[in-house]
Amino acid sequence: MSEYILEMKNISKEFTGVKALTDVSFKVEKGEIHCLIGENGAGKSTLMKVLSGVYPHGTYIGDIVFEGGVQQFGRISDSVKAGIAIIYQELALFPDLTVYENIYAGNEVKRGGVIDWNQTIVQAKQMLEKVGLDVNPEVLIKDLGVGKQQLVEIAKALSKNVKLLILDEPTAALNENDSENLLELLRELKKQGITCIMISHKLKEVISIADRATVIRDGRTICTLDGSKGEITENSIIKNMVGREIDDIYPKRPNKKFGDKILELNNWSAYDAQLGRHVVKNVDFHVKQGEIVGIAGLMGSGRTELALSIFGNPKSYKLQGDLFVDGMPAKFHHTSDAIKAGIAYVTEDRKGDGLFLAQDIKSNVVAANLKGISKNGVINDNEEVKIANEYKTSMHVKAPSVEQIVGKLSGGNQQKVSIGKWLFVGPKLLILDEPTRGIDVGAKFEIYTIMNQLISEGMSIIMISSELGEVLGMSDRVYVMAEGAMKGELPIEEATQENIMQLATQ
Amino acid sequence: MNLFNEAKSLVKVNIRDYGMYIALFVIMLTFTIMTDGLFMSSRNISNLLDATGYIAVLAVGMTLVIVIREIDLSVGFAAGFMGAIAAILMTQMGVPVYITIPVILVLGVLAGLLNGALVAKIGIPSFVASLALMLIFRGALLQVTEKTGTINVNDDFFNAIGNGFIPSLGEVAGLHVLSLILGLLCIVFYIYSEITQRANKKKYQFDVMSTGLFIVKLIFISAIIAYITWILAGYNGFSWTVIIMLGVVALYHFLTTKTVLGRHIYAVGSNPEAAHLTGINVKKITYIVFGSMGMLSALSGILFTARMQSASTTAGTLFELDAIAAAYVGGVSSAGGVGKVTGAIIGAIVMASLSSGMNLLGVGVSYQYMIRGGVLAAAVIFDVMTRKKRG
Repeated sequence: MSEYILEMKNISKEFTGVKALTDVSFKVEKGEIHCLIGENGAGKSTLMKVLSGVYPHGTYIGDIVFEGGVQQFGRISDSVKAGIAIIYQELALFPDLTVYENIYAGNEVKRGGVIDWNQTIVQAKQMLEKVGLDVNPEVLIKDLGVGKQQLVEIAKALSKNVKLLILDEPTAALNENDSENLLELLRELKKQGITCIMISHKLKEVISIADRATVIRDGRTICTLDGSKGEITENSIIKNMVGREIDDIYPKRPNKKFGDKILELNNWSAYDAQLGRHVVKNVDFHVKQGEIVGIAGLMGSGRTELALSIFGNPKSYKLQGDLFVDGMPAKFHHTSDAIKAGIAYVTEDRKGDGLFLAQDIKSNVVAANLKGISKNGVINDNEEVKIANEYKTSMHVKAPSVEQIVGKLSGGNQQKVSIGKWLFVGPKLLILDEPTRGIDVGAKFEIYTIMNQLISEGMSIIMISSELGEVLGMSDRVYVMAEGAMKGELPIEEATQENIMQLATQ
Repeated sequence: MNLFNEAKSLVKVNIRDYGMYIALFVIMLTFTIMTDGLFMSSRNISNLLDATGYIAVLAVGMTLVIVIREIDLSVGFAAGFMGAIAAILMTQMGVPVYITIPVILVLGVLAGLLNGALVAKIGIPSFVASLALMLIFRGALLQVTEKTGTINVNDDFFNAIGNGFIPSLGEVAGLHVLSLILGLLCIVFYIYSEITQRANKKKYQFDVMSTGLFIVKLIFISAIIAYITWILAGYNGFSWTVIIMLGVVALYHFLTTKTVLGRHIYAVGSNPEAAHLTGINVKKITYIVFGSMGMLSALSGILFTARMQSASTTAGTLFELDAIAAAYVGGVSSAGGVGKVTGAIIGAIVMASLSSGMNLLGVGVSYQYMIRGGVLAAAVIFDVMTRKKRG
């Protein structure tokens, strides 16, 4: 009945002895939205790289049949020519170029070898219309939000007459509003006959948009679920992804006991001179000992900025208001002051400003507390390896040894190293900024378990998160931020997805 | 057979680190064969190392500058200018040498801190900041030497830094005794530190190299030290330049590999934002690295002036590029966070060996530049390739 636009038959791919894909078969029907699901490291990205020619024909085993013909892509441009476009999680746009220059970058509108800029702008406008993006094509990319940048990427793909559009976690960096818009656009494109493969970790999205969904685990196809038969449910996906059923991904914490306020902010504001506006406005906030405080809000609502303004103010905001640590007024001139006061901050962007990717696990683990392994400024290498091994074990970091370069680890393992680094400092208050972004369900569960363990040892946690399920599942108290201000404080019993979203979008 | 396999995997894992040692060996062997052994003669090796000294100390500092993703173009003329000031202090103002040297080193640190301030405090790209300082130092060098032209230095103690050798304490079979003793001490110290390190690792129950390979390694490195000592002892023994150079490398090697300061430098180079969020004072590290670069520039100026026994109007020309080339040949990465000071010194010796060997063979200067350029490119290509392989 239905015709396949793409069939990947018995694909196997090996990296120097490690099997990344084993006999994977993957079929996509024409005109459907097909979700590709799996834990990090399951092989989704590898499969898409095989498809797009990043790994050229000959480096893998198996056949790719696209539009009825066996394809042998030798390079990425071959797959683009065939009508396949991939949009990666990290957008490939030029921030200092305009929207129209970006849409036609590498695919310039030429007349006799010379670029026709006027024609380019006209065509760019049509593409923007197609994706429903109402911006002037002459605006610079860096002046657009992430959500709009994503749409420009799609416009770029459409300009190349794409037949099969592949999106790698398109909504990972988007807020709920932008995500919903994006999904709406995908449904629209589907009506226009464009087939779409979407890789996603957000199960709700998958359930709402997928016609069919294929689950990959450990480099093998596990199953393909059909939405029209009602097979795509949260339970069925999770079960197939992890190979086990998780009754509750948020582990319960018995006997909650809260102590005194360990951190308090009164009328706290932060002014960003570069942006020329307040990023944090008149915030009142506190954390008690033994508490997990969730901070919800949309992206750009000032949550990260609030954390940074507490954590030694590395962005040099102009600060106003009072900060109390253990009831005493405190002032931090540098991140090192905040660390000394017992505060640790695990950044939301672990690759960008959290880890030393080119260094090994052990160097990363001890980086924030070199004093702990040294005497008179001289480091004890053996002590370092010992400590790193301890954290590798206690944090369940999956790596052959502590000499493994951190850049080679999966997202979840990187996050564990990132947290381990701060635990070695021995903080009283741990600020986790999007602790589970971009990591798979299994690793998420492990991180939640670690959080509970830390609380039981007397630590306190501030958890900044865009995932409402996580905020509701883990927090003892929830703050909601929007536009730099605290819009509300909810005891966990009263917090629901609805009232949080209501406050966040005020 | 097992021993061989272990050694093979050791080389495979550390190919990046061993690559330049192998390259140096190949270069030296080639020249030795082509010059019928003249290249490895005591006299030539002694001269080669002395001629490397003032570039090698710059290369050590430059490695750290490049590790923190910066560059310092001012080091050449800073060295020239500091050397001239040293000459003026001693010859025209009658300042004794034991005061002159520390004063010049402190001046060097101040010049480096100025560079650091432009970069860390004001936020000028280091390429531009140090280019500006390079022009300023060049002008300053001309200014102070304009009236007198070349300033001759007659202080024997000072000139010995660039030309003299450590006292001999007698000779045995034509060999320099104190140098032999120093070489022996080096070997003893090396073996002792390797054995204690191994014992320490065992105490922590970590994996160690098999005993067989460990002994092979000890003998191998000891033999190299012994051979170099023997060669140098056959001429005039260790020169003061070589002693200073080894001292600088030993100090910086210790600082970069064993101390908190060293870790912080590499952390800043690896990811400045993450370093800041880890509680490391990035600006302070920038100041320290540029300050150390300034001090080493001053030391380079002292070595060069002492070697020439004079300060000239053009002293220091292109030192910075030689130092940068040596650092890159030595395996530093412009992406930041990677590079060893021991590599820098090997890089400097590789470049000096090329010049020396080609001079012996009578290769024209024009070809010498091209070949050295080719070697620099090859070194970086090798670096990129091995990294890709690991990546």
